[in-house]
Amino acid sequence: MFANSVSRRDVLKSLGMGAAVASALHTIPAQAAEFIHNQIAAEKAKATTGAYTPKFFPPRQYKTLQSLCETILPADADCGGALEAGAPEFIDLLTSENPEYQLKLGGGLMWLDSTCADRYGNAYLDCTSQQQKEILDLIAHRKNAVLDPGLSQGVVFFSFLRDLTADGFFTSQIGIQYLGYVGNTYLRDFPGCPPVPGV
Amino acid sequence: MLQVIRQSKPYDVCIIGSGAGGGTAAKVLTEGGLSVVMLEAGPVLNPEEDFEEHVWPYELPHRGADVGGRARHELNTEFMAPNGFWEIDGEPYTTAPGSSFRWFRSRIEGGRTNHWGRIALRFGPADFRAHSTDGMGDDWPISYEEIAPYYDKVESYIGVFGSKENIPNAPDGVFLPPPRPRCTETLVKKACDQLNITCIPSRMAILTTPLNGRQACHYCAQCGRGCLTASNFSSSQVMIPPAKATGRFTLLANAMARELVVGKNGTVEAVSYIDKTTRNEKQVRAKAFVVAASACESARLLLNSRSASFPNGLANSSGVVGRYLTDSVGTHVAGYFPQLEKMPPHNHDGVGGMHLYMPWWKFGQKNDFLRGYHIEFGGGRNMPSVGQFDGVCAQHEGYGVSLKQQCRTSYGAAIGFSGRGEMIPNEKSFCEIDPTVVDKWGIPVLRFHWQWGENELKMASHMQETFRAIIETAGGTVLANPSLALEPEKAHVSEVAISEGGTIIHELGTVRMGNDPKTSVLNKNCQAHDVKNLFVADAAPFVTNPDKNPTLTIMALSWRTSEYLLDQARKGEL
Repeated sequence: MFANSVSRRDVLKSLGMGAAVASALHTIPAQAAEFIHNQIAAEKAKATTGAYTPKFFPPRQYKTLQSLCETILPADADCGGALEAGAPEFIDLLTSENPEYQLKLGGGLMWLDSTCADRYGNAYLDCTSQQQKEILDLIAHRKNAVLDPGLSQGVVFFSFLRDLTADGFFTSQIGIQYLGYVGNTYLRDFPGCPPVPGV
Repeated sequence: MLQVIRQSKPYDVCIIGSGAGGGTAAKVLTEGGLSVVMLEAGPVLNPEEDFEEHVWPYELPHRGADVGGRARHELNTEFMAPNGFWEIDGEPYTTAPGSSFRWFRSRIEGGRTNHWGRIALRFGPADFRAHSTDGMGDDWPISYEEIAPYYDKVESYIGVFGSKENIPNAPDGVFLPPPRPRCTETLVKKACDQLNITCIPSRMAILTTPLNGRQACHYCAQCGRGCLTASNFSSSQVMIPPAKATGRFTLLANAMARELVVGKNGTVEAVSYIDKTTRNEKQVRAKAFVVAASACESARLLLNSRSASFPNGLANSSGVVGRYLTDSVGTHVAGYFPQLEKMPPHNHDGVGGMHLYMPWWKFGQKNDFLRGYHIEFGGGRNMPSVGQFDGVCAQHEGYGVSLKQQCRTSYGAAIGFSGRGEMIPNEKSFCEIDPTVVDKWGIPVLRFHWQWGENELKMASHMQETFRAIIETAGGTVLANPSLALEPEKAHVSEVAISEGGTIIHELGTVRMGNDPKTSVLNKNCQAHDVKNLFVADAAPFVTNPDKNPTLTIMALSWRTSEYLLDQARKGEL
């Protein structure tokens, strides 16, 4: 067990000492690393329990945002998707602080609902899944904006939302695991490149 | 209400700025027995609280993108060591019409050494003899041989890894062993070997073995966040602690120097500064002054120190303070390498920066531009970060499981190449005091004028050709700039492949050395021609801006200047 008074610096110092050197902490790197991460998590994660209350998007828009995020990077056989990764919360937080994002995303969601209303008579969330797929297939590709300039604002909106969804997913714990990133740890020596064909 | 506070007994030396130059001066001068007071415009550094070492993006609400996503695609993410900024609230700078320039400033103990890339390259013999070599620019008043012993001292003390290579004009140093190459680097080196481009272990101020009480690197690749074990170099963790240990060192934090005050005998007797915590104006007196506030900030301080004897700014009888401003020539191309998709999961982190680099490999050859450049490159499976998947998203488009899988497949398969080349000083690139704008402390701000020359443009296009050749030889494809995909009307921007002035953060030359007081501000000891107790110890004194990152030379030159100052003190000349 670690005392709370043990600092990250103390733990890191213990890592640099050889086995023969007396360490006040008697830690091994893996334990020390875990300790540090737990300590940071405790420092940073303040009151994150309970349902998330959106800071910027009105409830219905937020539901649309959630739906779009999960459609962009969905759960699959390997792991959860953008919802589980907290992408909508991340996007809402940034948007609540940035008037430019508010226009691009808030306005973009309005554009999507209006366009769906024009085409299908319903806002996006009330469309059938086939209709939702149809409009997303149109705005998810730049070439469609060239074919139909009336879609270009939707293409720009979707592209921006896709980037932010990728941010939210791939910087989450499950996203990082999904990518297979295995760093951010403590090595006594850097082993270099393992055998890779063509490298 | 302004309140001028003066201490009774003057310090031996006052240093303005706590970065590479100021920190080195503090160590050498205090260890040499002098009492030193240092002014730093930002707060003291507290690594324990300030550093985000080993923090995961999901441990921060903004995931590193900072408030409102403002750090997306920016150098200063939430993870970065504190207080390094492109823009500082209330402390603006301006650019002249038609000029474009960005100025990165760090307001923190240790200055930009908290944020730098740790690339530690010696200038070569020809770099000090530029005019003699090709007729352009000027020679330094000192030679490589005169500064070499100070490179030795700096490297031996701070620790630099590298390898002995005997490359013309890229001198070897006192090196710790280099780390093994990553997969991305192994791949690129093979292509360079085919193209006869020299590719060797990089030279970085990161410890690969313990040194002078500091631990070896633990290979987390997070140097830019600050290092709790001080295994990389920063002035705050490596230069200032030994100065403090002498008991002869006083650090005044949040102290923004405003003006150097000249006494009746024509020497500087005090510096007036704003205490940012109280907004009071204060003064501190010393027998000698070492200005090391960063090249442009040092020029600003001198230009703002006007008096009857120095109407154009302190030590500026030559009129060249602020002139000869240069930055490195930079440009960037990224490539995609399908063979890297097959990398098994492994720890790709390494040190915080490149393990290999390409020094200028055509030295002494006839090229279609003067001087040269080196190549930096990086990529692979870094810690995932915001903005990182924009390119894949733009290229793949769509949505759904296939997009998710494409992101995973291409994760770590891109490598970016950046050139760092020498700019030759020109008359159109300089800084001066803006006649109409002051900062929130009431101090007149700098106005930048900037223009790249023909030589720099030719060099940048050569860089682009070279990077493309390396990418293709290594079996990769050149990646288009994804931001252009959505805005094809901006595609012409890519034709101007050169970096914006100041953005490589190697701005220097604004208070230059020389033997002729009519064309230079400082003599060969970085002592002002006009004011004998005034020294400059950052990159402002540099006469040329070779393709080697300036920090190591800032430290070597500051060490040399400080030893000269110590010698003067011993002779009773202060």
